[in-house]
Amino acid sequence: MDFSSINPVLLAASLMVAATPILLAAIGEMVVEKAGVLNLGVEGMMIVGAISGFAVAVETGSPWLGFLGAMVGATALAMVFAVLTQFLLSNQVATGLALTLFGLGLSALMGQGYVGIKPPSVPKVPAGPLADIPTIGPVIFGHDAIVYLSLLAVLGVWAFLKYTRAGLILRAVGESHDAAHGLGYKVVAVRVAAIAFGGAMAGLGGAYLSLVRVPQWTEGMTAGAGWIALAIVVFGAWRPGRVMLGAYLFGGVTVLQLTLQAGGVAIPAEALSMSPYLVTILVLVIMSADRGRAAFGAPAALGRAFHASA
Amino acid sequence: MTALLKIDRITKAYPGVVANDQVSFRIGKGEIHALLGENGAGKSTLVKMIYGLVRPDSGSMLFGGEAYAPASPHAARRAGVTMVFQHFSLFEALTVAENIALGMEEPPPMGQLAGRIEEVSRAYGLPLDPDRRVGALSAGERQRVEIVRCLLQDPKLLIMDEPTSVLTPQEVDTLFDTLRRLKSEGTSILYISHKLEEIRALCDGATILRGGKVVGTADPKSASAREMAEMMVGSLLKTPERRDTMVGKPALEVDGLSIKAMDAFGTALKDVAFQVRQGEILGIGGVAGNGQDELMAVLSGERRVGLGHVSLFGKDIGRLGPKVRRAAGLLAAPEERLGHAAAPDMSLVENALMTGAVRKDLLAAGFLRWGAARAFADEVIERFDVRTPGSDRAARSLSGGNLQKFVIGREMLQKPEVLVVNQPTWGVDAAAAAAIRQALIDLAADRTAVIVISQDLEELIEISDNFSALCDGRLTEPRPTASLSVDEIGIMLGGGAAPLAQVAE
Amino acid sequence: MIRLEKRPEPSRRVAAITPVLAVLATMVAGGAMFALLGKDPFASIRTIFWDPIFGEFAFYYRGQLLVKAGPLILIAIGLSMGFRAGIWNIGAEGQYIMGAIAGAAVGLAFFPADLWIIFPLMVIAGALGGFLWAMIPALLRTKFNTNEILVSLLLVYVAEQILATMALGALRNPDGGGFPGSRNLAQYPAAANTEIIAGTGAHWGVAAAVLAVVFAHILITRHILGFHVRLSGESPKAARFAGVNPNRIIFFCLGISGALAGLAGLFEVAGPAGQISIDFNVGYGFTAIIVAFLGRLNPIGILLAGLLMALTYIGGEAAQATLGLPAAAIQAFQGMLLFFLLAMDVFTNYRIRFGRSAAAEQRAA
Repeated sequence: MDFSSINPVLLAASLMVAATPILLAAIGEMVVEKAGVLNLGVEGMMIVGAISGFAVAVETGSPWLGFLGAMVGATALAMVFAVLTQFLLSNQVATGLALTLFGLGLSALMGQGYVGIKPPSVPKVPAGPLADIPTIGPVIFGHDAIVYLSLLAVLGVWAFLKYTRAGLILRAVGESHDAAHGLGYKVVAVRVAAIAFGGAMAGLGGAYLSLVRVPQWTEGMTAGAGWIALAIVVFGAWRPGRVMLGAYLFGGVTVLQLTLQAGGVAIPAEALSMSPYLVTILVLVIMSADRGRAAFGAPAALGRAFHASA
Repeated sequence: MTALLKIDRITKAYPGVVANDQVSFRIGKGEIHALLGENGAGKSTLVKMIYGLVRPDSGSMLFGGEAYAPASPHAARRAGVTMVFQHFSLFEALTVAENIALGMEEPPPMGQLAGRIEEVSRAYGLPLDPDRRVGALSAGERQRVEIVRCLLQDPKLLIMDEPTSVLTPQEVDTLFDTLRRLKSEGTSILYISHKLEEIRALCDGATILRGGKVVGTADPKSASAREMAEMMVGSLLKTPERRDTMVGKPALEVDGLSIKAMDAFGTALKDVAFQVRQGEILGIGGVAGNGQDELMAVLSGERRVGLGHVSLFGKDIGRLGPKVRRAAGLLAAPEERLGHAAAPDMSLVENALMTGAVRKDLLAAGFLRWGAARAFADEVIERFDVRTPGSDRAARSLSGGNLQKFVIGREMLQKPEVLVVNQPTWGVDAAAAAAIRQALIDLAADRTAVIVISQDLEELIEISDNFSALCDGRLTEPRPTASLSVDEIGIMLGGGAAPLAQVAE
Repeated sequence: MIRLEKRPEPSRRVAAITPVLAVLATMVAGGAMFALLGKDPFASIRTIFWDPIFGEFAFYYRGQLLVKAGPLILIAIGLSMGFRAGIWNIGAEGQYIMGAIAGAAVGLAFFPADLWIIFPLMVIAGALGGFLWAMIPALLRTKFNTNEILVSLLLVYVAEQILATMALGALRNPDGGGFPGSRNLAQYPAAANTEIIAGTGAHWGVAAAVLAVVFAHILITRHILGFHVRLSGESPKAARFAGVNPNRIIFFCLGISGALAGLAGLFEVAGPAGQISIDFNVGYGFTAIIVAFLGRLNPIGILLAGLLMALTYIGGEAAQATLGLPAAAIQAFQGMLLFFLLAMDVFTNYRIRFGRSAAAEQRAA
């Protein structure tokens, strides 16, 4: 076994790229869950985002329009979930599953003509002399704009929930929709807005996969990334900083196992490929075993339907 | 007195029921006005319209001489109307300051708000720590949060919906002091209650609602409680009749029982001990959230404890589950009717099967005897006068009082040796409540040991032989109810009496 | 103004007709989708729903109907138990794979012996494989309170990797010239899952599915265990009060759905698929979720829904062949069906009202 081929700096740099799609989707889903809604359709929204973004980027030649298209496409799908769960009061678990099943089919259908095409490349943000700082330079600087956007999103969501009135109202709706309704807040409107944000972020994450991380379109390319994002929200105990930590931990495992596979380590490739999923399960178990803490972060009204009876 | 709020022929209908029918009344400036009525009389609907949560179908309101039709609670608060809710208006995971900010139209920045909260709470003798989580507060403290929230907005009209249902008698006195002080400062208060003595002590005027209509007004200072009660209920109230019962041997004994809270916001039980004898009714009073749910769970078998803490006729049952306890004769009816004592979307037959399977012999080798289950459900419906078109109806289609009669009847008809009920008449109309109390007394007369856990002191004084109080998970030593004064009961409820160490045998 | 008004109790009549309405709505919306793809919507719908049963090549397709419906029904029956109890096993696909691997391994271990006991042993191994795989989320849920939705789903990806390992390694056909994939069990008589009635597609898995429907029906309507499963889903606190042990329900529901999914995998690998290969699983475990809901979690309903969903599979294949309709269109079509069903579900518990409230109108009248 030859570990000398593994360069820790390169590993750390690619870790950020590997973690970004999951981080985007997870931070979006965290906001949705903070509003008291459990959307299990992250996988479906991500893959629809992946193909929408890919198609728009290929057709227009602009990756930025592609990312925008991904957000629009995934948000449109999220709105189907919003209408079903918020207005027609359908079961959130079942509807989330439906979103994923439908999204996988729809994306395959939309992607018919895009298999094997190379998308326009996403430029790196020039960092000037900063990129030349040893170790830190290549790890932190010289990524594309979406990597930094994802970090800004974490910061923004944290500040929004902690310091703004709108964030306070969103948390209140997630804690007790009856009380929020009693004080005159528009529970359904708040939740629909949160679901839309979750959709846009999942779409962005999906497009990051198809435009940067892979970069090409293949059917089912998200391969469970959406589910892992859901698990990371639990791992992060509904706190932005810890969600980021979870995403980077996952990114680390992914990059490490890929590097080991490429390095020809004497562990079967399949065992390495399943490691991110096993690590995610392990992390979930550790988090949920610690009941007190997990229960504290979870919004009290998570997954419950709201209907103003009077 | 000039009218602050004038309500003129307000009507609001829901499917199958007219909640408010041409309701009119007025509240003067600086007046404490009582809105009196039974559960289902239409008080909450009326209040929701004044607070902007519900819009009337017809009728009009004047507030301070101007037309008033709030489209939302925001509009109501901007006009100077605030409200202290009976339930559902605090967020347990948020802090006191955050909860208060959510109830204000234009809250100051968080830093300043904390200072304002401390200022106002000190001025009115309602101490509060702005940074504490509401989930960790007692019922009385939670109400303080709601009141301070209202006071910070300089309200012209303060609505209080059943504010004393969660307070001890001493806390009620403090609340009344605050309300009188507000009145002296010119604030009007709309006080909703069905407790007549409180209204007589506090209010200047009263409007009485029955079946959605105004059936009369009264001057609480001069009218007797009985007069108002008869207007409210519409007929003469029958007080339950006691029969002299021979108290038999000890049936259920609890000793040295300590358990942890069920969740982050629950209460731990601390060294609880009591016994109840055949034919005895033991009343356990206390403000909600002092360990009632935990005690109920331990008695019903939903929560198991180790050896030596719970025994039935001398046999240890602490580690047995609900099914085995039922078979042994210990039956229970929890407080929450829909979703705990009964499954809302299941039929009454299925709900009868739920707890009656063993004692009523509704199973044959694990297979369901649907015919027998139906017959049992029909028997409960008939014997306990449950108003429903049939036993195939879903539990949630019944009114609160009817479902409660069904739940209590279901357990009583299984001929329990020991019956534990939690809040048997909570949210139930007066007629149903009287019927349930009478049934409990009759059950005890047939030598069943009965434990009634309730927040309603009048109820416990009326029906229990012995009384004890739960406070912060500790149970006071049971004492003969007839020997206790209201003050003594108040002290017991506040945890004043030394907790019971052991029942002397 | 359109408002929803809660019914005093769920309407059974509406619950029974919503699946039919959902299918019709999906046909309309699906037709529109096919039209967008440049296909004749009427021809597409006819090719999918009519031709496989009554068309020119019906003699071929009819047999396929049972072949596809068998695993879907078998898996959906198991899932419906959990869904009724509020236990969401969405990893049936993984349990299906593990059942197939376990069953095939037993069969291959005996190769080339010719003993009658081999196939029954494989059946037991298949059920056990799925059962044990489903015990992972069950144990984690009961011991550590870990969300079974995420665990069961993530285990699908793990199972797929195990499948690849098996197809390339332990179970690879030693006479296969190095190609991935196991020996063909369908060509090994002692291990083959044969048609019970030739030409109908009715293999042992179909018989098992029918049996599962009957047993599930009796369990749900007549037995205390089925009652407790329903009670746990309707109201977990009421179930606890009634004396139901929630952990037992979790083990039962995950166990039965895992075992049935494992059985479905075994019957597939020993019959229609024939061998363990990298792409052995085709998503039955996920489509079965739609079947369970479309059948209203009711065993008889699932039987019908399974047949209908099988029809969309083979109709989709037919439309692919004759009209060039992309395979993915059918997947989207199936997802759409679940959407419409969930959307219509609201009318079971709520009534739709236009304009003023009904009560106000009654008064005005």
